[in-house]
Amino acid sequence: MADNLALASTEIVEKTGPVSRGIVRRLVKNPRTCISGAFFIIIVLVVLIGPLIYPITYREQVGIPLSQDGLLGTDDFGRDVLARLIIATRTSMLVAVGAVIIALLAGVGLGLLAGFLGGWTSTIIMRGSDILLSFPAVILAIAAVAILGPDLINVVLVIGVLYVPRFTRVVYAQSVAIRSAQYVDAERVNGTSTASIISRTVLPNVMSTVIVQASLSLSFAIQVEAGLSFLGLGAQPPLASLGTMISSGRDFLEVQPTMLIYPSLLLIAIVLAVNVLGDGLRDVLDPRRAFAR
Amino acid sequence: MPEETGSSVRAPLLKVDDLSVNFEMSGKGSAAVDNVSYAINRGEVLAIVGESGSGKSVSSMAILGLLPPNARVQGRIEFDGENLLELSPDQLRQLRGQKIAMIFQEPMTALDPVYTIGEQIVEAIRAHSRMSKKDAQRRALELLYLVRLPEPERRINHYPHQLSGGQLQRIVIAMAVSCDPDLLIADEPTTALDVTVQAEILELLRDLGARLNASVLFITHDMGVVADLADRVIVMRDGRIVEEALVGDLFAAPKAEYTQNLLNSVPHLGKTQNEEPPQSAQVSRSAGAVPEPTVLSFNKVEITYSGRAGSDDFKAVEDVSIEVRQGEVVGLVGESGSGKSTLGRCAMGLLKPSAGSVSVCGTDITSMSSRKLRPKRNEFSMVFQDPASSLNPRQTLGEIVAKPLKLHTKLSASDVRRRVEEMLERVRVPSSWGERYPHELSGGQRQRIGIARALVLSPRLLIADEPTSALDVSVQATVLDLFKELQSELGFSCLFITHDLGVVEELADRIAVLRAGRLVEFGNATDVLNSSEHEYTRRLVLSAPVPDPEAQKKRRSEFAQVNSQ
Repeated sequence: MADNLALASTEIVEKTGPVSRGIVRRLVKNPRTCISGAFFIIIVLVVLIGPLIYPITYREQVGIPLSQDGLLGTDDFGRDVLARLIIATRTSMLVAVGAVIIALLAGVGLGLLAGFLGGWTSTIIMRGSDILLSFPAVILAIAAVAILGPDLINVVLVIGVLYVPRFTRVVYAQSVAIRSAQYVDAERVNGTSTASIISRTVLPNVMSTVIVQASLSLSFAIQVEAGLSFLGLGAQPPLASLGTMISSGRDFLEVQPTMLIYPSLLLIAIVLAVNVLGDGLRDVLDPRRAFAR
Repeated sequence: MPEETGSSVRAPLLKVDDLSVNFEMSGKGSAAVDNVSYAINRGEVLAIVGESGSGKSVSSMAILGLLPPNARVQGRIEFDGENLLELSPDQLRQLRGQKIAMIFQEPMTALDPVYTIGEQIVEAIRAHSRMSKKDAQRRALELLYLVRLPEPERRINHYPHQLSGGQLQRIVIAMAVSCDPDLLIADEPTTALDVTVQAEILELLRDLGARLNASVLFITHDMGVVADLADRVIVMRDGRIVEEALVGDLFAAPKAEYTQNLLNSVPHLGKTQNEEPPQSAQVSRSAGAVPEPTVLSFNKVEITYSGRAGSDDFKAVEDVSIEVRQGEVVGLVGESGSGKSTLGRCAMGLLKPSAGSVSVCGTDITSMSSRKLRPKRNEFSMVFQDPASSLNPRQTLGEIVAKPLKLHTKLSASDVRRRVEEMLERVRVPSSWGERYPHELSGGQRQRIGIARALVLSPRLLIADEPTSALDVSVQATVLDLFKELQSELGFSCLFITHDLGVVEELADRIAVLRAGRLVEFGNATDVLNSSEHEYTRRLVLSAPVPDPEAQKKRRSEFAQVNSQ
């Protein structure tokens, strides 16, 4: 059947680069993602080096209380509002990022175990996360922090634990699907150990979903932290967080409205930017959309 | 059906003129169908044959106006004197189902799971005629008799999931013919079905077409089915018509080179009878010598899938004993649900048998832990069915093929690379493609990579689980050629799992036939295919269509005989 070889050369080959190469390009293509991404980078820079560059510390009294001294005015103790905004952003972001890291590590680990081992392990893990999910997150967080004591570390832990099921669920669903893919069978036939299959084959394939989930969770974590601090359960004075600044700004609405407006606007902007960025990441990383032609 | 030769005086029922279909995708247009013209006469069966991407389905969807909104259709489609492309959506809807009916590939998804089949047929009837509900129900029952559904009075109240694929396809056909259409468009109606069921459905379609005097536009990739059913054939490739001929002429003397290649590529029963017998390593080496040692043996194997609490266990395989000797290719044949893939997974140690024993390369793996089995895995490996999902999308081809080497050998990085390149060349993939990703390859190329991965450690035993069933025939032919070549060079033993008897005849020294988890027979390939004593094997052999209209006619009547016994 030599004549068949002639046909072999006509097989159609899709000529495209590896998917990863196109991701940045496609991210930049979308203007909404671009703007929110740029804003997010600025926020990260503020968090990292803001207090080093801006010469005034957030506890320093720089002028008369509730005046226009300083760039954005002063608060009821005469402290510089801009310095406090910088430190508040840092507090809120660190709490949120810390919480998401806890949720991600625990959630991904549990999800992989439940998805790959199945049986009783998966029943216990998944029912556990169902129980956690069945309570409204904010109310549970308020209760937990109230019991544990109003401390930032507690806020990080509580938000982290509350968000574990979000990661467990998506990772579980994906790894169940991947477990039955033939390339996992192929790895077994190769003689790869189970631990290596989970970490080298399944994990990279669920990673894009995890990244998207992380960026979306980050915006929720920022909101929950702001809520808790607003109620006095998060950052304790003199430390500022966006929630505490909004809370104290409320008392001086008639005298100095900017004290409420600036932290509120900043909170809205950060949450919006993280959300839009998450949406953009999902569009690019979701395999179903990325591979669609 | 009388063979109309196109010289009929009456105008054709459907006339397609210069039809072009373009899909607009992000600015670029790509032609799916390019200047295609054909006609169907009344009462004629026209088959459109082509491989994937040939535009055969798109051109028929255009007739019904069922193309997605980004499709641009040009040309003229004249049905009974009317240009279908100029009709309003309302007028088209009137036509669909009443004058032109369609039968889809997947009967399971073509029916609504929440209504009984009776309700769905009644709805189809009442959509186009003013019949009372009672009359429609009576008509539905008539139709079920017409499509020869067993026990129609009982089945009319069943839901789709309670019926088998073949029965569902009968229902779909019943709905299609419910309004006495003039034209029946059947898009691969038997592709999702087993061969014995396919033979029955084709018989039904042939019978119905003649009885209702409807024209049939039959779209398929299977040359055997064409030979079985069609009066006239159109061969399509890349959106163009390559050849158009009466069915007898096409198979006797194909004119276009592509058609000749296509016909040569089809593995079918009886094809190798005129050629030399399959040349596996065993035949060439052990002619008359002592029997070779056994490489794989199933001994009274039983495999059960345990049901969840409350439901019964399911016995997928029961009391099966097969052995594969050194250098031999054993074909494992069966229809869907026969347990053939389950057996393959069991031989790989991916499933444990619930009774009996399995031994591979001299080791009893029945109760071995997967940890203990791991070091042995260099001696046997597997080629999987679906080339799209058997390669990790996030690994390069080089990484995929190198993985077994890294696990089982202590070769240096450069030696690994050299061995991988050598292996890629062996399977006729350019050795420079090591950096590419699976999604950049075609199906056939992916399957070659799967073969390279399986053979990179030179195993003694290879399990091939339907490695070519997802491929087009011409690609399948090249992969099978490669497989034969590698087998005779490297001399590995092979358990080749397939539903396609033609493929098995080309490759196998011995054949095991499986049905519903039990071994029907196990013997010499030629004996099993040509002179089997078993009724099921004969049914299976006779139902596989052969791309030769004359031979197929004979086989059809033999099949009808065996079937009626």
